[in-house]
Amino acid sequence: MPGILLTMERKNPAPGVLCLSIALVTALLLAGCTGPIQGGSPANQVPPGGQNPSAGPKDRLLVATTTSLSDTGLLDYLERIFENNYAIDLQVTSQGTGKAIEIAKRGDCDLLVVHSPAQEEDFMEAGHGINRRCFAYNYFIVAGPADDPAGIRGMEPKEAFRTIIGKGKSGTPGVFFVSRGDNSGTHNAEKNIWNATGYNYTSEVRRSGAWYIEAGRGMGETLQLASEKGAYTLTDEGTFLTYRGRLDLVPLIDKGDILLNIYSVITVYTEDHPVEKITMANNFVNFLISPEIQAAIGEYGREKYGKGLFTPMSGGCLRFGCDCTTPASATRPSLSFT
Amino acid sequence: MNEIFDGFVQAFQLIISLDPEILEITARSLLISLAATGVASLVAIPLGGLIHFREFGGKRGLITIIQTLYALPTVVAGLFVFLILSRAGPLGFLGLLFTPVGMVIGQAVLIIPVLVGMTLVALSGVKKAISDEVQALGATSSQAIWTILKEARFALFGGIILGFGRAISEVGAAMIIGGNIRGSTRVLTTAIALETSMGNVAFSIALGIILLCIAMVVTAALFLIQER
Repeated sequence: MPGILLTMERKNPAPGVLCLSIALVTALLLAGCTGPIQGGSPANQVPPGGQNPSAGPKDRLLVATTTSLSDTGLLDYLERIFENNYAIDLQVTSQGTGKAIEIAKRGDCDLLVVHSPAQEEDFMEAGHGINRRCFAYNYFIVAGPADDPAGIRGMEPKEAFRTIIGKGKSGTPGVFFVSRGDNSGTHNAEKNIWNATGYNYTSEVRRSGAWYIEAGRGMGETLQLASEKGAYTLTDEGTFLTYRGRLDLVPLIDKGDILLNIYSVITVYTEDHPVEKITMANNFVNFLISPEIQAAIGEYGREKYGKGLFTPMSGGCLRFGCDCTTPASATRPSLSFT
Repeated sequence: MNEIFDGFVQAFQLIISLDPEILEITARSLLISLAATGVASLVAIPLGGLIHFREFGGKRGLITIIQTLYALPTVVAGLFVFLILSRAGPLGFLGLLFTPVGMVIGQAVLIIPVLVGMTLVALSGVKKAISDEVQALGATSSQAIWTILKEARFALFGGIILGFGRAISEVGAAMIIGGNIRGSTRVLTTAIALETSMGNVAFSIALGIILLCIAMVVTAALFLIQER
């Protein structure tokens, strides 16, 4: 700016431009300058607890999570409990699992709460995360219109997918499948099923006809799209139960090991992440696997939907081959990947 | 139709009951977009003046680029600022990603081209008619500039209102840079996107009505200022 001012003074009386423009925007700025700060820290309402060394604004911990977890409201619910116990401003941004993992890789969040085991393993192996713990599960379900034009009700999942693609490709009226199409955990689960069914997802399923619709949206929006189109879709049970009242869809298939949907929490690690931040994030991991919170997760939604939206691991995760009991204490990746 | 009507009824109930969450989101939207408009004006109006009052090679080309950027998609502006503010990016050490300050930067980047362009239009609108006369009457250069700017103020305010309108109504940059975090970066547009995706039509309509009301109040306020 000084440079501009000087050149302008020499040449002609452009300072007038500056004067007026400053006058024009002063009022705006007066209102504006304080904005971001007020908006940014609704933190100081709660007195800082023992965790916080100073009386200043609380430290923030940013969780990147999937739309299926936040659309059910579970994280909002847990956030309140966590903030009552720790003097931390827990913030949640909800993205598809693919995007959430990308944000975590860049070091832009402190915790990852997702449900895509293969992607999580890649993430861990690349050294981006520590203390991966599974904390809850439910089952994906195949939902569709009540008249079931492909006739998949009661089938085993792979058989159902084979039937949908067969009838879809041959143009059976009313047979559509809506995919998340956003590289989310649910989308990856869907790809898994296609591949397990014997179809190459990229070459044989995508772009194979009008029957296969890629939504590119979150779970809630995808369900609404499927409902509008009278199409089949793969959804996590929690989001489906949350949205069920607004949908013309019924659950058609909800059994089969391939439909298992495991949620995990990971502390994000980068070399720039301060140890204090990682320790705070570990507190959240330990919070999620603690017996009280496990019980709270199991109860979540039971009153409203008649059954819990998530089943807590409650220590019984050996059969899933994941860890849900070891306290999160590491502050850097160990050589043998956890 | 019923759904739309019910949505409006519930929307007015929500507005009248002064739902605290709606108030909070509204205040945040207003502050962020006003701040962005202020920052953008501070940069764009002097810049526009500089381009207008000085002759230099490539001026026409520069103006064409600025006008092209009117069409800058909000998600592209958002992605650009995201990459810069990300911890892995050049300004990552500031820790501004997923904060309201980051959103102000994103919206400012988005509307600076529009404001520079409108400043140019405003200034060139008065040049021929007034400035010759002012200078012929023997006014010093700074007086001449002042007069020109006073003449241009209506168009300048028009530009600021346009910029504010683009800032408060955009959703792409706010979503990518802010992350739609409840209690921190959730603004009217990202909340509308979220509530719509969750099927809460009434809430979405209420937020939409509020957004338009804010635009009306701010526009009216700026109009009053410029009349003085």
